Amino acid sequence: MKTDPDYKNRLLEAICNTIKPAALMEVCGTHTMAIARTGIRDLLPPHITLLSGPGCPVCVTSQGDIDTVISLVLNHNITLLTFGDMMRVPGSECSLQEARSQGADVRVVYSPLDALQMAQNNPGREMVFLGIGFETTAPAVAHTIIEAQKLKVTNFSVLSLHKLVPPALETLFADKEIKVDGLICPGHVSMIIGLKPYQQLAAKFHQPCVVTGFEAVDILESICMLLQQIGKGQARIENQYKRVVRPQGNPIALKLLEQVFEPVEARWRGLGAIPGSGLAVRDRYANYDAVRRYGLIATEDRSVKGCSCGSILTGKISPPQCALFGRACTPLNPVGPCMVSQEGACAAYYRYAPMKG
Amino acid sequence: MKDERVLLAHGSGGLLSQNLVEEVFKKHLSNPHLDDLLDGAVLQLPAKNIAVSTDSFVITPLFFPGGDIGKLAVCGTVNDLVACGARPLYLSAAFIIEEGFPITELRSIVASMAETARLAGVKVVTGDTKVVEKGNADQIYINTTGIGVLESKFILHPLRVQPGDQIIITGPIGDHGLAILAQRQGLAFSTPAVSDCAALNRINSLTDMFPGQIKCMRDPTRGGLATVLNEIAAQSQRGMVVQEKQIPISPVVRGACDMLGMDPLYMANEGKMVIITGPEKAGQIVCQLRLLKETAGAEVIGEVVSEHPGMVLLETELGAKRILGALEGEHVPRIC
Repeated sequence: MKTDPDYKNRLLEAICNTIKPAALMEVCGTHTMAIARTGIRDLLPPHITLLSGPGCPVCVTSQGDIDTVISLVLNHNITLLTFGDMMRVPGSECSLQEARSQGADVRVVYSPLDALQMAQNNPGREMVFLGIGFETTAPAVAHTIIEAQKLKVTNFSVLSLHKLVPPALETLFADKEIKVDGLICPGHVSMIIGLKPYQQLAAKFHQPCVVTGFEAVDILESICMLLQQIGKGQARIENQYKRVVRPQGNPIALKLLEQVFEPVEARWRGLGAIPGSGLAVRDRYANYDAVRRYGLIATEDRSVKGCSCGSILTGKISPPQCALFGRACTPLNPVGPCMVSQEGACAAYYRYAPMKG
Repeated sequence: MKDERVLLAHGSGGLLSQNLVEEVFKKHLSNPHLDDLLDGAVLQLPAKNIAVSTDSFVITPLFFPGGDIGKLAVCGTVNDLVACGARPLYLSAAFIIEEGFPITELRSIVASMAETARLAGVKVVTGDTKVVEKGNADQIYINTTGIGVLESKFILHPLRVQPGDQIIITGPIGDHGLAILAQRQGLAFSTPAVSDCAALNRINSLTDMFPGQIKCMRDPTRGGLATVLNEIAAQSQRGMVVQEKQIPISPVVRGACDMLGMDPLYMANEGKMVIITGPEKAGQIVCQLRLLKETAGAEVIGEVVSEHPGMVLLETELGAKRILGALEGEHVPRIC
């Protein structure tokens, strides 16, 4: 990565000198945050727009799945172990934080292995780890399940709401309402899955794709690469984040995923049910699957009145276009998950609002 | 008392309590006021303005790279007094201890308080110990209240902040927050994250050295630099413009924050001060700060402006200007 300060300016100049209008989508919450934090959106010319896609794992979790989690903690005598970001996501009735104040046992952990450790330390208590995240987070959860079996821990299970990025992108591109000219592909997810899934997407939907790092200069460089492809009428996968992402991804992590999980249909907020986009625990690890263990059944998706998270996650509108944004919905009183999560588009727009005028 | 644990009886006021006071608290914190073991300390203070500040310390883990809850309990209150423009003199210390807490750990915590107090030039003159049943507290909580004296006639207050004033941060930000997070998460970095926990009492000499120049000080603890700047902007009803590239951040904090999806501007510090000063002497004040070990990384990071009162703007490294808001809710790592 070039760190020369003039390089950023030259990239910005090149972007401003592009004639053809383009709407580019980032599908990674960390990119959404980085774009807002560095103020990139504000420096782009009006004909180059950046849309946020379904890149925040907390945000894309369907309302029904969140309600299932909440009913699990309220109706079963278990301890739920979760990442902190999930605590404040509003369910139809209450959030996990509110459930906790009503006496449910919900604790924040920082890694699935911490959760397993906690289960080992409390052998008399059933502990459920809430598995949320994309291909980046899921391998560590797979590893934890394997460890749990090795260590014969019997009071530990995982509620897997993990999701896979490529099937969601496919659904997104197939939607005629969504106008995207190029894709800023996630860095962390690509580190695991490599470039191959994007090759197919680029070809099938004629979408330029660039795997991108998280520094301001990475994102600017990636925008330039996308605009060049668009200008030439190309649609291929390029890797801007070569210092981290290898073309084949991380075979060890992929093998872990394959060993423990199987792809199943999953519901996404904003995108609906997508075949093969979720990860369920395989039969051979059934003892560690909270769905089987507690006989969980899917809860119907109930829409939250006025909340536009679904449209925001698919780039149909930008956060300030939601009627609730910054008024009824703020990080302190979030109505939808996009305002709660550290990677949510609404939280990014709200926290890092540009100065106008 | 080797391998001994704190019992409920240690807090009952009887013989065991006396033992604990003698062998742990008095042993380490001894001074004429404390040693009398009266119900309170009678202090002689100069006939000047007096600052009082109190803070309670609850932290997991109790011991972390760069400090522990004892050091933190002294530094936190000392720094609050310094932020009032005062020279810290005396502290009280009250402990709420969970039954079963190891006495060896209590001893290290108190020894650390004693050492920190000695370095900060303050005496712990009165204290209290309560023991609660197991499960009713998380190991140990400490409250300290401090008294300090204002040597300068100029009171520090956000309302003294004027357009043109310079904003100084006394060193790199985010180290304490990262050290705690790393310890909790079991994260290891090639350069370990170490808390900046330090008493900043030596800054106090600046109010004498540059009379009237320092308008306002505040220590950016919870909520970090961004939140403190917003508090000062709101209370003074002035605007602020901060230059992102001027804000000192160590490579380990920058790298770890990128990885975890955290923003150093919102991470806690325990040995830093935000100083708002008149423009004339800002350069000299920074030079003086850099002579002290605990403020060696001082930088001017921005300016107070008359536009957009109550609002802090950040000019990013790319040159975009965005609103730098206060922390809302909790700051937690991303999932991805």
